Amino acid sequence: MGQIQLNQVTKSFGDVQVIPPLDLTIEDGEFTVFVGPSGCGKSTLLRLIAGLEDVSSGMISIDGADQTMTPPAKRGLAMVFQSYALYPHMSVRKNIAFPLRMAKMDQAEIDRRVEGAASVLNLADYLDRRPGQLSGGQRQRVAIGRAIVREPAAFLFDEPLSNLDAALRVGMRLEISELHKRLTTTMIYVTHDQVEAMTMADKIVVLHAGVIEQVGSPLELYRNPRNTFVAGFIGSPKMNLLEGPEAQKFNAKTIGIRPEHIGISADAGDWEGVVGVSEHLGSDTFFHVKCDAFEHPLTVRASGELTMSYGAKVFLTPDQAHLHRFDDQGLRLG
Amino acid sequence: MARAVTQQRKIINTAAAWGIGLLIFFPILWTILTSFKTEAQAIADPPIFLGFDWTLENYSVVMERSNYARFLWNSIIIAGGSTVLGIIIAVPAAWSMAFVPSKRTKDILMWMLSTKMLPAVGVLYPIYLLFIQLGLLDTKLGLVIVLMLINLPIIVWMLYTYFKEIPGEILEAARMDGATLKDEVLYVLTPMAIPGIASTLLLNVILAWNEAFWTLNLTAAKAAPLTAFIASYSSPEGLFYAKLSAASTMAIAPILILGWFSQKQLVSGLTFGAVK
Repeated sequence: MGQIQLNQVTKSFGDVQVIPPLDLTIEDGEFTVFVGPSGCGKSTLLRLIAGLEDVSSGMISIDGADQTMTPPAKRGLAMVFQSYALYPHMSVRKNIAFPLRMAKMDQAEIDRRVEGAASVLNLADYLDRRPGQLSGGQRQRVAIGRAIVREPAAFLFDEPLSNLDAALRVGMRLEISELHKRLTTTMIYVTHDQVEAMTMADKIVVLHAGVIEQVGSPLELYRNPRNTFVAGFIGSPKMNLLEGPEAQKFNAKTIGIRPEHIGISADAGDWEGVVGVSEHLGSDTFFHVKCDAFEHPLTVRASGELTMSYGAKVFLTPDQAHLHRFDDQGLRLG
Repeated sequence: MARAVTQQRKIINTAAAWGIGLLIFFPILWTILTSFKTEAQAIADPPIFLGFDWTLENYSVVMERSNYARFLWNSIIIAGGSTVLGIIIAVPAAWSMAFVPSKRTKDILMWMLSTKMLPAVGVLYPIYLLFIQLGLLDTKLGLVIVLMLINLPIIVWMLYTYFKEIPGEILEAARMDGATLKDEVLYVLTPMAIPGIASTLLLNVILAWNEAFWTLNLTAAKAAPLTAFIASYSSPEGLFYAKLSAASTMAIAPILILGWFSQKQLVSGLTFGAVK
């Protein structure tokens, strides 16, 4: 079990309120990702749930029981830190066994669980090494091992992959998703990387300046962003957000169109422009096109086969079915 | 050319380092040499450097006249006891200052340090009276307490500096892993700070060992440590340089040996945090 509920939770540091009153429910077994730009309060929110920070007001309950004042050690949650936070003076075995030792579990059971976690995480050969003798990926696995042996009500991940290189990050992302499918324990995962959010989450919570902008499944957020912030944050490359007379034609302050929903043609189309930089990824090509109608250049996705020279004249046509309209407050229309 | 210059610099630096080192060490060397001279040679003018009749007579006289073992034992108890007691008190203090600082933490640290700037003699009278009242005069316990209090600011400061270098996330991880405050300090913080605690321990044993003002003023016979042992040979009514030197050599020998074997630890501990 691991249902977590936040009720009118706030957090202030001195006079600065970093989290205004916030309500959120995380269902048992759900993989929830908190995503947002740095300084949006996502890590603070996670630390409030962990108990590492005290709430300024409001209530946090886990499985229906009020845990607002419970110290972190007693909440039954496990956390994986960005810096791994392994105990450098202990072997891998002792690191993983530490929470069990703290729980005064008997030695035979500790050994059984540590061996179990080590085999799941491919750490069996490293049990007697110190964290300093391991690579970044292995250290992160030890940190995860230390979390899973306790069989916690929920796992909290605080940007666990940001210290790893790109290739390793993709691998670990899959491993964590795999782990969630197997354990079906609630996981809360904090990241600033929207790709991680999109690929791993059952539910994404988009945060901005301590406020929840939108909660939903990755595809809900992608298809129906509630406002311009979510629209610009979710999806890579970013959605084109356009203002001006062209937007007014659609009765909106701002229109949004994703790079993959714009047709590009050398002969005819709605908007005329000039090709700037093109990024060839092999499978796709991204063109940055400057149109007279808009202040900022647009990003357009095209097939990897297509090449256009710098400065070439092109025409762009938005796919009307995938056009997003936003009002003066940046809220979604229709 | 550049190579020749650096080579030359290296020689000059090495020579200068040795020169300064010898200059600092010279008084100790002179004391040791004097301890092997006769009283007449000890005050000879011009002074004799090595060409004297080496004798162990001073040592045998000193051993005969006073109970060296008792003074040594008192020194060990006072220096060791005050340091260990100081560390036990300072670890939680430094923990709270390093990991849960308040607005006033820096002020408290500065205030603690400022007490070291007070001339000791300024509080001699009240402390002496307190000691009489509490029956602590000429007891080892009394000296352990006074020396602990005197060195506590330094112990707290040193531990605070080491603890500051330990990432807070590791302690948070321990808290998430179910560790109580006691577990956290005992199993995570202290083992990680062992190098720092060891050098703090060493430095404070040395400071307490050498402390002369309080040990001389608050002891008579029973609890007198080696500082009192030396002082008993500096008599105003006669010149006993050689015997005084022999007593001094015997008093500093244990700490000199301890310092020699732990110098690597001591230096790395004292410069810890300075480069990071």
